[in-house]
Amino acid sequence: MTIEITVNGKTKTLAAELSLEDLLQDLGMTKGRIAVELNGHIVPRSQFSSQRISNLDSIEIVQAIGGG
Amino acid sequence: MSTKQDRPLLIAGAEYRSRLIIGSGKYKDFEKNLAALEASAAEMITVAIRRVNLGQDKDEPSLLDIISPEKYTILPNTAGCYTAEDAVRSCRMARELLDGHKLVKLEVLGDQKTLYPNVTETLAAAETLVAEGFDVMVYTSDDPLVARRLEEIGCVAVMPLGAPIGSGLGIRNPYNIRMILENAQVPIIVDAGVGTASDASIAMELGCHGVLMNTAIAEARNPVLMASAMRKAVEAGREAYLAGRMPRRLYASASSPVDGTFF
Repeated sequence: MTIEITVNGKTKTLAAELSLEDLLQDLGMTKGRIAVELNGHIVPRSQFSSQRISNLDSIEIVQAIGGG
Repeated sequence: MSTKQDRPLLIAGAEYRSRLIIGSGKYKDFEKNLAALEASAAEMITVAIRRVNLGQDKDEPSLLDIISPEKYTILPNTAGCYTAEDAVRSCRMARELLDGHKLVKLEVLGDQKTLYPNVTETLAAAETLVAEGFDVMVYTSDDPLVARRLEEIGCVAVMPLGAPIGSGLGIRNPYNIRMILENAQVPIIVDAGVGTASDASIAMELGCHGVLMNTAIAEARNPVLMASAMRKAVEAGREAYLAGRMPRRLYASASSPVDGTFF
């Protein structure tokens, strides 16, 4: 059964549930400093592989950029 | 250095030789930003936390690849937040992003036209962040009572504006900054409003412990040269403060002796 998730405000349809680590891999975000919030809660980097991504999950992936 | 008698700036237990903090916004590219950072001799630089662009080239360097968190103290800000809740979320993200780094710049804005701080939301966010173990450097208005309250909450530095963010209008109310300084037990850092070198000197001559600026350097015609000017201005202002200025007099006071004239 397909699942629908939101990543950085954009809706994505995926073939099945997967781990956060696999999702980040699919998005090409395996390197560089990022932080991830799942449904409003921080997911520590150490839990990326064990964290499951399920239907209707909302994910925010952020980085540091220029700012004052 | 001629300021031998000066002590380093102490923020959350860390010592800084430079009293200048610069931003990383509005630069043409990361390399220009780094060149300005080096010219400014600043040891701390602010960054913003934003969504990763999902379509971005994954091999493209990011800001922190160019400006190393090993070499510089990265000060993540909560710019763009209009509620305490969003500011707290941004800080939690920043802490995760920077491997448990606790130092943050809290700013909660009130409206887009003035970018004036929303003080009630700022106070609420500061309470939460301090309780969660963050070291909070807080951007606020130049109200002495609010500054004192933020210090009581446990902020590690209070950063009143000199003028609105990005306005370059200078230190508009030096008397308020003086009142804030008189009450303060934590570093007071003017954040926002500096337009050129003399503005930075004025802040330091008042006795401020440091100055934070972004646009004044980034939007100068030659940012690297302005960064160098700001380094000197902050040092000059600090030395002048430590030296203690002469009193202001309405009338002249002759510099050459009045005795011994032959005419």
